[in-house]
Amino acid sequence: MTTTRYSFRRILREGLSGHRGWTPAWRSPELKKHYDAVIIGGGGHGLATAYYLTKNHNVRNVAVLERGWIGGGNSGRNTTIVRSNYFFPESARVYDLALRLYEGLAADINFNIMLSQRGLLTLAHDEHQMEMARRSVNAMLINGIDVELLDAAQIKAEVPLLNFAPDARFPIHGGYVQRRGGVARHDAVVWGYARGADALGVDIIQGCEVTGFRMDGERVIGLDTSHGPVDAGVIGMAVAGHSGVLAAKAGFQLPILSYALQAMVSEPIKPVLDTVIMSASTGAYVSQSDKGELVIGAGLDLYPSYAQRGNLPTTQNVLAGLVEMFPSFRRLKLMRQWAGIVDVCWDYSPIIGPAPIDGLFLNCGWGTGGFKAIPAGGYLLAHLLATGQHHAFSAPFDLRRFETGALIDEAAGAGIAH
Amino acid sequence: MLKIDCPWCGPRGENEFTYGGEAGTVRPIPATAIDDAIWARYLYIRRNEKGAHRELWCHSGGCKQWFVMLRDTVTHAIAAIEKIGSP
Repeated sequence: MTTTRYSFRRILREGLSGHRGWTPAWRSPELKKHYDAVIIGGGGHGLATAYYLTKNHNVRNVAVLERGWIGGGNSGRNTTIVRSNYFFPESARVYDLALRLYEGLAADINFNIMLSQRGLLTLAHDEHQMEMARRSVNAMLINGIDVELLDAAQIKAEVPLLNFAPDARFPIHGGYVQRRGGVARHDAVVWGYARGADALGVDIIQGCEVTGFRMDGERVIGLDTSHGPVDAGVIGMAVAGHSGVLAAKAGFQLPILSYALQAMVSEPIKPVLDTVIMSASTGAYVSQSDKGELVIGAGLDLYPSYAQRGNLPTTQNVLAGLVEMFPSFRRLKLMRQWAGIVDVCWDYSPIIGPAPIDGLFLNCGWGTGGFKAIPAGGYLLAHLLATGQHHAFSAPFDLRRFETGALIDEAAGAGIAH
Repeated sequence: MLKIDCPWCGPRGENEFTYGGEAGTVRPIPATAIDDAIWARYLYIRRNEKGAHRELWCHSGGCKQWFVMLRDTVTHAIAAIEKIGSP
């Protein structure tokens, strides 16, 4: 099967011939006995890893194993926000690499990811938060990130729908904006990477659960799966909330806790909001999708969970926060509510690097911010798998930082209540 | 919404309670014999179980007592609640 190139001319031709010429975006091959590299987890990070491993490092004979289906996990459950407004230089480098790759991704993978850099506005609700905003903006500017501090009048001019009433429970004192931030179509990102990797020869195996790690002494040489055993030259793991479950199968533990992170969408309405709003105080963040739904994100449900639904108190809290910020939204109905299981590290920064056993490399711990980092997570894990060495950008995120104490504390950069 | 049966106050909604981490994390002693790896393990490594999970909770919006709860992290069903120190 050759991959169909998507173009305006192609749409025109298919439109005139009843759309009967489209082929599946990727194959469904059988699992082979041996691969040079196997990636566990067919989410955005896993598929991006396979794509960059093949494209940038010319590693052929690569497989991605996905327990469920492509786009069924956190890749299809996030709030689609992209941004790189992080405090520490180590984080800014990684997240801005991701944003720059996102900016060129649609052309790179010939798949419209509907990147909309509509800006991302973080609100400050009192003078102390304004002081912190000034500090963050200074740090981010030093990191080379495009952020601007805004006062209340500027925010009112940009987002007049926000609650500027004199009796507002959370009055708006100002905030800061990253103009290059925004949203991308999450399904398109994961489907696009799947299609791009498949076109380069990567085998994407859906419905394939990893049940065990096959060891030769201290080195992992293959996997047991629900589709039978497979030998692997090297293995990458990008399984988000289930990182701890798989690590236990490989005989080690990770400094990660799994939590449910909720999101929900309203009924579709006409365009009212042309940017992304984040507010740590109200515990809510919101943008409007191209279909007109408000996409609302919450803080974490504050106890460990592997249930992909979230509990009512957090839902109530985020919705109370939303209608406080936007009183005009109070009569909207919710269409759907769900949760994804996120892998949170103690310093709210990811783990990228070798696992405690040879032959296995990790990409996990992105916590509440995995979607925005997909291209960088894939790019950096691919570098590790191909060379066995850290890229300069991933070195600070090695698992050993928990022993050395060189943590990268992005508790504020994570941007939401936790 | 979890309905949590506080051993002192009886059943209350989860928003009266605060989660306090996994139960059974024991601080290694003596400090002079602890290397970085052991200390990091104590600080950061948790079982993070998918399924039955022993955890500490505090009735922070009520009697302020701590207790141990056995909860399933997939179904959120609460199997048992014990006072601290009871077998």
